[in-house]
Amino acid sequence: MKATAAIAVNVFRESVRDKVLYNLVAFAILLIGASYLIGQLTAGQDVKIIKDLGLGATSMFGLFIAVFIGIGLVSKEVERRSIYSLLAKPIHRYQLVVGKYGGLVLTLAVNLAVMAAALYLVLAYMAWGVSPEAERAWDAPALDPGLLVAVGLIFVELMLVTAVALFFSTFSTPILSAALTFGVYVVGHFTADLRRFQDVVDSAAAARFARALYWVLPNLAQFDVKSDVVHGQHVPIGYVGVATAYGLVYIALLLVASAFIFSRRDFK
Amino acid sequence: MSTAAIATSELTKDYAVGFWRKRRYRALDALSLDVQTGEVFGFLGPNGAGKTTALKLLMRLVLPTSGGAEILGRPLGDLDVKRRLGYLPENPYFYDYLTAEELLAYFARLFGYTASDSGERAKRLLDEVGIGAERRLQLRKFSKGMLQRVGIAQALINEPELVILDEPMSGLDPLGRRDVRALILRLRDRGCTVFFSSHVLSDAETLCSRVAILAKGRLVTTGRLTDMLAFRARGWELVVAGASDALIGSFAARARRTVRIGEGRYSLELPLDPPPEQLLGALTAGGAHLVSLNPIRETLEDFFFEQVTAPSVAAARRGLDA
Repeated sequence: MKATAAIAVNVFRESVRDKVLYNLVAFAILLIGASYLIGQLTAGQDVKIIKDLGLGATSMFGLFIAVFIGIGLVSKEVERRSIYSLLAKPIHRYQLVVGKYGGLVLTLAVNLAVMAAALYLVLAYMAWGVSPEAERAWDAPALDPGLLVAVGLIFVELMLVTAVALFFSTFSTPILSAALTFGVYVVGHFTADLRRFQDVVDSAAAARFARALYWVLPNLAQFDVKSDVVHGQHVPIGYVGVATAYGLVYIALLLVASAFIFSRRDFK
Repeated sequence: MSTAAIATSELTKDYAVGFWRKRRYRALDALSLDVQTGEVFGFLGPNGAGKTTALKLLMRLVLPTSGGAEILGRPLGDLDVKRRLGYLPENPYFYDYLTAEELLAYFARLFGYTASDSGERAKRLLDEVGIGAERRLQLRKFSKGMLQRVGIAQALINEPELVILDEPMSGLDPLGRRDVRALILRLRDRGCTVFFSSHVLSDAETLCSRVAILAKGRLVTTGRLTDMLAFRARGWELVVAGASDALIGSFAARARRTVRIGEGRYSLELPLDPPPEQLLGALTAGGAHLVSLNPIRETLEDFFFEQVTAPSVAAARRGLDA
């Protein structure tokens, strides 16, 4: 456990030293700039737009970190041969997989926490001095705690995407891993369509293939409650719990598969 | 198997090569070897002989096709063994965003040492390998030789009973090589077993009690250096003074090499036969006097070339290449 934690901390340190967290600066500039512009252009909708933009940017920035660092977690170690010294230490190979994954999840958690704080700060600034009449026109209060539910589910989704990237990187090249992970991300948001594919195609084989994909690929659409939260709709706690449990089970399966493949690899 | 530090039995590794039509390439062929506790053992061979493959098999970085091995009496990959083992890979690369001290402390944490103990071990070892002053520099600023020293330090972070070093002298300048040689002898004096691969034969000659020679994936020979090289004088080096040109001329016909050192002084390299007693008699009768007479012994280099170019090895090479 100590060794796994040490590996995770080292991944986090690498992210910090490789300036991955600089994306937070870009995020802050985007939010502040957008809030200023929207404040000039719209009336009454500005808070909603900033929430939309903030949550969307949180998801996108996180996605790029999850994919581009996730695919390199293991492959970079192999490519640069640093894995030789590491695996000579008293650790199991699965500990390396789990530790690497944990380190990137830690990076994502810090990233998302700072982004959520920045979003609340910008919203607090926008809500400051607004008349009660104007506030009543909003679907939800500016500092709606429901935003945290959306951020929490974005976090689970990003954890899952990281696990997908890690899984592909245990047996394929970084470029192919990135392409496959983005593919899973895109298709994962349309799995409901895969389920209904038989209604729009005549081919039974194609329908079966679509249904198989529906069962195998992660359903990422269920983690997307951004629109509900922005419009002030309540997201039931039961829904959040089931979606989170689904995500965690999927992640566990991917990590087991990654560790299984990784433990049988030759490092020539 | 015995309680040797390392014992391999018919250890074999095949790689699949080729893109579409995979074919088998045997990198290591039935290696059976024992390394005894407390010895410095040299694993020698030309490039591509299979040394690194054998070492990676021992470290379980690659999995054997067949055969087996034990380290410190336990199977490969056993975590208890890894706790008692140090490994330096060939041309090591480490995380360049870390300082040397951070890297060693990180590796020490993987052995379960506390943060303060890890830091102390890191500092002590970096001092021992001669880069204590640079311990807070990021590794991206290190030269190849400095990285090699860091690699050696990380292999010793757990005070191992056995160290496996893959080309430990690689990338080092003469001073560095001398330091590493001294370090290996210090490790031996502490009771640590050292198993190292090299193609620098002079290092093996000065450090090893036993060596194994590998060529094209096969073990060619193994044994004590003293057994391999003793009594294998292949001639005599004779230095004489006050010799006439005629006398030297009579020797020069039999000599493999004649070098005029100075006025009346010559160095001659002569075959084993006739014996030195006869040479001395002929010399003194001719008015010359002897400055020195030394046997020309076979070096490890000579022995190595003889072994790796032997017809059986060449035949094996042809067979594997086919």
